[in-house]
Amino acid sequence: MDTLALAQPVLARRDLLRAGALVVGFSWAGLPVARAQTAGPTRRTLALTEVDSFLALRQDGTVVIYSGKVDLGTGHRIAMRQMVGEELSLPVRRIELVEGDSALTPNQGPTAGSSGVMRGGIELRRAAATLHEAVLALAAQRLARPLASLTLADGVVTSADGGSVSVAELVGDRPLQVKMNPAAPLKSPSQYRLVGQPLPRPDIPDKVTGRHVFVHDFTLPGMLHGRVVRPPAVGARVLAVDNASVASLPGVRVIQIQDFVAVLSPDEWAAIRAARELQVRWSESAPLVTHQGVVDWARRGPFLAEETIVNKGDAARLAALPNAPDKIAATYSWPIQSHASMGPSCAVADVKAGSATVWTASQASHRLVNSCAALLQLPREQVRLIYLDGAGCYGMNGSDDASAEAAMLSQAVGQPVRVQWSREEELGWDPKGPPQLLALRATLTPEGRIDAWETQMWLPRATANLEWIPLLSPLAAGLAQPVGQTIGLATQNGDPSYPANAVKVHVHWLGAAPLRPSNIRAPGKVANCFAVESFVDELASQAGADPIAFRLRDLANPRGREVIERLARLMPWSPRPSPRSAAPQRLASGRGMAYVHYKHNETFVAIGMEVEVDRGSGEIRVQRVACVHDCGLMINPDTVRAQVEGNILQTLSRTLLEETTFDASRVTSVDWASYPLLRFPDVPSLDIELVQRVNEPPLGAGEAASSPVPAALANAVFDATGVRLRSVPFTRERVRPLMA
Amino acid sequence: MPRYQLVVNGSPRTVESWDGDMPLLYALRNGLGLRAVKYGCGLGQCGTCTVLIDGAPARSCLVTVSDAVGKQITTAEGLGTPAKPHPVQAAFIAEQAAQCGYCTNGMVMSAVALLKGNAQPTREQTQAALAGNLCRCGSHDRVLKAVQRAAASSKAA
Repeated sequence: MDTLALAQPVLARRDLLRAGALVVGFSWAGLPVARAQTAGPTRRTLALTEVDSFLALRQDGTVVIYSGKVDLGTGHRIAMRQMVGEELSLPVRRIELVEGDSALTPNQGPTAGSSGVMRGGIELRRAAATLHEAVLALAAQRLARPLASLTLADGVVTSADGGSVSVAELVGDRPLQVKMNPAAPLKSPSQYRLVGQPLPRPDIPDKVTGRHVFVHDFTLPGMLHGRVVRPPAVGARVLAVDNASVASLPGVRVIQIQDFVAVLSPDEWAAIRAARELQVRWSESAPLVTHQGVVDWARRGPFLAEETIVNKGDAARLAALPNAPDKIAATYSWPIQSHASMGPSCAVADVKAGSATVWTASQASHRLVNSCAALLQLPREQVRLIYLDGAGCYGMNGSDDASAEAAMLSQAVGQPVRVQWSREEELGWDPKGPPQLLALRATLTPEGRIDAWETQMWLPRATANLEWIPLLSPLAAGLAQPVGQTIGLATQNGDPSYPANAVKVHVHWLGAAPLRPSNIRAPGKVANCFAVESFVDELASQAGADPIAFRLRDLANPRGREVIERLARLMPWSPRPSPRSAAPQRLASGRGMAYVHYKHNETFVAIGMEVEVDRGSGEIRVQRVACVHDCGLMINPDTVRAQVEGNILQTLSRTLLEETTFDASRVTSVDWASYPLLRFPDVPSLDIELVQRVNEPPLGAGEAASSPVPAALANAVFDATGVRLRSVPFTRERVRPLMA
Repeated sequence: MPRYQLVVNGSPRTVESWDGDMPLLYALRNGLGLRAVKYGCGLGQCGTCTVLIDGAPARSCLVTVSDAVGKQITTAEGLGTPAKPHPVQAAFIAEQAAQCGYCTNGMVMSAVALLKGNAQPTREQTQAALAGNLCRCGSHDRVLKAVQRAAASSKAA
């Protein structure tokens, strides 16, 4: 259904046909084949101030959504339809969706930061509300009836006395030419028919039966398969390429641009064999600090900047903290991690003289246009990026790199090129979630309130979410890539969600990362919350207090209190201090919890866990995870639930198992044996309670529930054993000696 | 170019390859256009490329096209369609048991194979049967529920 939705709205719009458009057809083998795809300016408006940028009406009464944000496996496709359908009283099956096409959709920013519904959806809802208002005004004129007597439903405006006119008659398929009206009336929650319903996602039947077209499945006539030949060491230079070493493989061409080496063939297997067998001599290179050296590296610097980002309350208490005799102090570390997408990155590009089209799974197709235009030396308006699903990315994985590589190779050979990364490339060369190091210290008042709290962070500046990002192959090929740096919002939630008499958060900004960094799900906040919520537990233990009672003591936010109180009932939680007092046995069981108010202004999450720890082997078995989650208005509670499940299980995997390992030259965790993920036998039972708040704005669900997972786990292990885990991942090898 | 005779989703099919050691994965995807079968690792470690060979789950990234000659190969396309899904596919749809959906093919194929040998598996048996299938999105709990649902529907039928 969504495969066709890609084509149909385009076909229906005359202005686009004139400009040239993508048409998806089906070849003899049932493969989707694009014909007549071109880049170039369209006559569609893409201004964020115009309703026409977001929505188009068609003669048959259906509506097309043009969404700059995309569905990354998150349920965006149904949620956007529900938000627009609600305002227009139109069933979701009569709404089509075009997403992430830089020529057809407005630039709503990257699909990142859990902002799909919270910002992207809200813009679409505003467009729909404005459209509703404009259609009623047109109908009032046409029917000569007062506005208040008119209602719109299912593409028809009817008046209280029985007159009616269809939207198609009123507007046709011409542009509406109406400015977005932030004050356009919205449906009241009591009238909701679609919003709040757990409607099924439109893409799942095709995904389950193998019909869904991922970018990996997309082909073009005359397309070559490209593979990039990576250096054996980060920073290695090409000394010599022996083209003869692959001369016997069918149809193989070798492309070299400075240190960028790639092979191409019409036959995919020949391209794979060629990439393995091509003899390249590389220079020696050993610039990396090694994964064992990351913590020392972070402590050592050099530092780009020193920044105090929170400094509130009684300065004298903070000044006294370093020398306070009764202070508690602890250091926490988070390792470098891969996005570890199940499908290695892939992209298809067709670069012609003067224009280019790239089919990409990037979460930022509008931004990646700039990178592609720069490396192809084409005007921005001659480059078009079209989003197709990739494997789940959870941040910037290798998709942007693969897209640039497909574009470079297509330009080099003058034919369409598909670039597919290998497993080794994806785990070895995707930009990584950066390492984090946090040192915390605090004092308590005699009553058990947090008196002074200080967090110090050692954090690399990020390069993600910038207009210019350092992509591997353009760098290797010597193509200009201005590189900037950003804080990447990775410092958020470095201070507790509970009141204290004085709080300070200080960041030691590192100018580089040990491996190329990017954003990974809930950037920074997973590690920050791990440190902060573990440390809160350490304070509670010091105070001899029950961990929940300690947190609720001074917490004022009623929604925060509610998720914690509901979690206590859901567990159920019997109040007592940690660790539990039990005769030491080989198998120890315990419970723990953690809480976050995401970014201090978004979603509220409380997570509890029951674990069993084998002191002999160091194995941690998570038996049950309970979660109470309040993200305001839930557009679709079932897709929210899926996101919460995914946040919990993915972060359990990251906490228990995952660390990118590397020696001085290269990443060494390059397959699923050396970079293991959580497997089915280790999946705990999940109890999730979602709080629906129809009168509140919708907040994000894609990230928040990740952040309390590691601390809830560490707190449960402490409860079971009295041992505090402060360094992720909690592998058996690392836990066993601590339990001895 | 050498030709290889396969039986795919019940029909005899011929694929050509210059290399008999080419993995079956590429014969299915590029030669026959059966793109439900996904490349995940090429190492037999993740399960996304799972097909049934003579009814048993197999990693199509490890089986060579020459070794597949004469075998009965089933892919997700051969199980059902969106309009008429296989009971396991119907259960996945009912449970909305996919996020990005890239690994889903392998889960479906492994579940079909499991239920063939054990019509009423426990949750633990299902977890063990799917131990070789990785998922990054965290769809596991729904996949387990989908397998239970498929088992229940076959019991009712």
